[in-house]
Amino acid sequence: MSPRLQLLFEQLPNLLGGHLSLAVPAIAVGVLISVPLGILCVKSAAVRGPVMTVISLVQTVPSIALLAIMVAVLGGTIGYRPAFIALLVYSILPIVRNTIVGLDSVDPAMREAARAVGMRPLQQLVKVELPLAFPVILAGIRTATVWVVGIATLSTPVGAPSLGNYIFSGLQLRDWQRVLFGCIATMSLSLVLDQLIALIETSLQRRRLALVWSATAALGVLLIIGLSPQFLSRTERGFSGLVTTQALKEKTPARETTVQPLTGQTVTIGAKGFTEQLILTELLAAEIEKAGGQAKQLGNMGSTIVFDALAKNTVDVSVDYTGTLWSTVFKEPEPLNRAAMLAAVTGRLFSEYGIVALGSLGFENTYAMVVKAEQAEARGFSTIADITPLADRLRIGGDPEFFGRPEWERVRSLYGLSAIEQVGMDSTFMYQAVADGQVDLAAGFSTDGRIDAYGLSVLEDSREAFPPYDALLLLSPKAAAKRELVAILRPLVNRISAAAMRAANRSVDEEGDTPGEAAEALRQLAFPRHADKAAAVTPVVSR
Amino acid sequence: MPVPAISLENVSKAYAPDKPPAVRDVSLELMPGEVLALVGGSGSGKTTTLKMINRLIEPTAGTIRVQGEDVTAIDPVLLRRSIGYAFQGVGLFPHLTVGANVAITPQLLGWSAERISQRIDELLTLVDLPPETYRDRLPRELSGGQQQRVGFARALAAEPRAILMDEPFGALDPITRDTVQTEFRQLQQSLAVSVVIVTHDMTEAVLLADRIAVMHEGELRQLGTPRELLRQPADDYVAQLIETPRRHSDFIESLMKNSASGGSQ
Repeated sequence: MSPRLQLLFEQLPNLLGGHLSLAVPAIAVGVLISVPLGILCVKSAAVRGPVMTVISLVQTVPSIALLAIMVAVLGGTIGYRPAFIALLVYSILPIVRNTIVGLDSVDPAMREAARAVGMRPLQQLVKVELPLAFPVILAGIRTATVWVVGIATLSTPVGAPSLGNYIFSGLQLRDWQRVLFGCIATMSLSLVLDQLIALIETSLQRRRLALVWSATAALGVLLIIGLSPQFLSRTERGFSGLVTTQALKEKTPARETTVQPLTGQTVTIGAKGFTEQLILTELLAAEIEKAGGQAKQLGNMGSTIVFDALAKNTVDVSVDYTGTLWSTVFKEPEPLNRAAMLAAVTGRLFSEYGIVALGSLGFENTYAMVVKAEQAEARGFSTIADITPLADRLRIGGDPEFFGRPEWERVRSLYGLSAIEQVGMDSTFMYQAVADGQVDLAAGFSTDGRIDAYGLSVLEDSREAFPPYDALLLLSPKAAAKRELVAILRPLVNRISAAAMRAANRSVDEEGDTPGEAAEALRQLAFPRHADKAAAVTPVVSR
Repeated sequence: MPVPAISLENVSKAYAPDKPPAVRDVSLELMPGEVLALVGGSGSGKTTTLKMINRLIEPTAGTIRVQGEDVTAIDPVLLRRSIGYAFQGVGLFPHLTVGANVAITPQLLGWSAERISQRIDELLTLVDLPPETYRDRLPRELSGGQQQRVGFARALAAEPRAILMDEPFGALDPITRDTVQTEFRQLQQSLAVSVVIVTHDMTEAVLLADRIAVMHEGELRQLGTPRELLRQPADDYVAQLIETPRRHSDFIESLMKNSASGGSQ
């Protein structure tokens, strides 16, 4: 087996466990809620209309939005709870609907027979109607199972680990093997659960009770595994699909003789879903572990979800960008210059949220309009203003978040680009799309290694439409009170140049390094002597 | 004079005040050990009359008594458990085994498991379905005639005060029907159980019943033995209805004669 594949398999028990702990209890609780609800609907027409309307409506909410809404409903809580509730909500419709259909389709003659032999209404329901409706109800449970197992992959962005971690991180790292691995694992789980339920049905029909019990027991075991404190607690603490070095390090006895100020402490690092964030998370984790602490990484989260979690002390440390905070958190329409914005954001983060910004990491990751270098040369493009005359014939690629942000509005009005055609796509694909000519330009990121790799060049923002985007190291109110932690992280401030960050991003995106390897290289660049010393004390882990 | 097993006094059922009643002013008595057939076309009110006896349908007027007891004074569920019921199209529960179908009412009455088990074996033997072969089978694994016999066993299971039967032989093919009818008659006579049977088939009524109640448009037109009905039909409808079995047998007889003479030509 290739080392990469081996790495994926090493993560499987935890991610599969996380997935089970979300999906199986959600389906189980879904059955407990939905079957009685379906019965109620059949017995009372007054209940039926409103219930069916509400659950059908909820079902039309896009799943990723429902997950994000649950985070908001729970006041910014991330992780297991919002994901569980969203999945539970999704499981309800098919089960309620099939319970209603199943009970409605019971032959009226059977109902009368049940009455005529002297059954009371509850006995009729339990002894006759439910058993006769059982195959249809079970079909609903199977539908719900397949849905929930599939949708559970979307809980990764709200901070609940699942098999979706493979898919999301694979997409970010452009590692299709990883994406495929996640898909196959999810499909397999779905098939296994579906077939176990189907087995209960067919063996009940053939009255092979031993098989019925075996299948039920197997489902029970999966439920118990899902509910086991190991996975639940791991889920609560968070577990990024990318953490592997930590597990390996734990196996190696630390031989460090230096004082370890963070011993016994756990620090949760939150990250958004792109390469730079994953690398920085690894870098922070390495610093924390070097000081004896335990780092929990919550990767691939939505942008505002990380911030909300930080404000709520669910996440201790994260890296965010001044321009992002300025427009999305403080809702300021007009940007300031770089130094003024850094000061304003730092001040308001503390006064309004109690969040402490230790400072800029030393680089800016701003939006950058990129075009093919050869095209720029041929047509004489050097600033964004140069493309204005051609706007109605151009296509611009960008992630959906970008097209929804106020900066894009500013760029469009300042440069007269309202006629340009927008093509939304994941940031993973947009550089390639420019290089292939599928779009003419893209709203990339200035630290992205793929700008160089694909032979693209950046158009100058001569009218300062884009606000500054200094990478800020943020601490939650609680974490900021921990002096040792502040002391460990403060040295990172102003240590990472834009060039170093771009090189690290490129090594992951283009050369196939893991974020952990890129972080280690970045650390050696940032602290040349420090890193040497650490390497001398801590044994280097081979991969 | 013994107390009737079932009696109806001036019983009516109207589903809506502005419509003609489904059953109008019906009075009749079922004596212990007797088989009474309710005969009539569809919409005659025969099935409604039957279902009022165990309160599946509540009458709008009149009094129904079971062994002298006014049924409105009895919890309808307990009343139904004390009266056996055999259904049109058999009515066995498809998800329950033969044994479990027979056991339903005894279970509802809270009999001990041992007594129920004994009763199942006893009844299945009685209807000629050896329990060791049949008690654990599902209804769909049985032939129509066998299913009907399980239906009788179920109706008899809880030692009922009477049995109500709604077109019980309707779904059977003619040969099976003949066999099961004969078996039923023997069974009924040996157990001396009181039975009300609803049928549209006068031949079946003549073969099975001690007395026949002819219903038409919600009214009881005549109640009597087959002989009384034949000799003194109360009206043209009854006369026409009771003539059918005889016409059939006369026709068959003449057919036999004709084919015999035709064969010699």
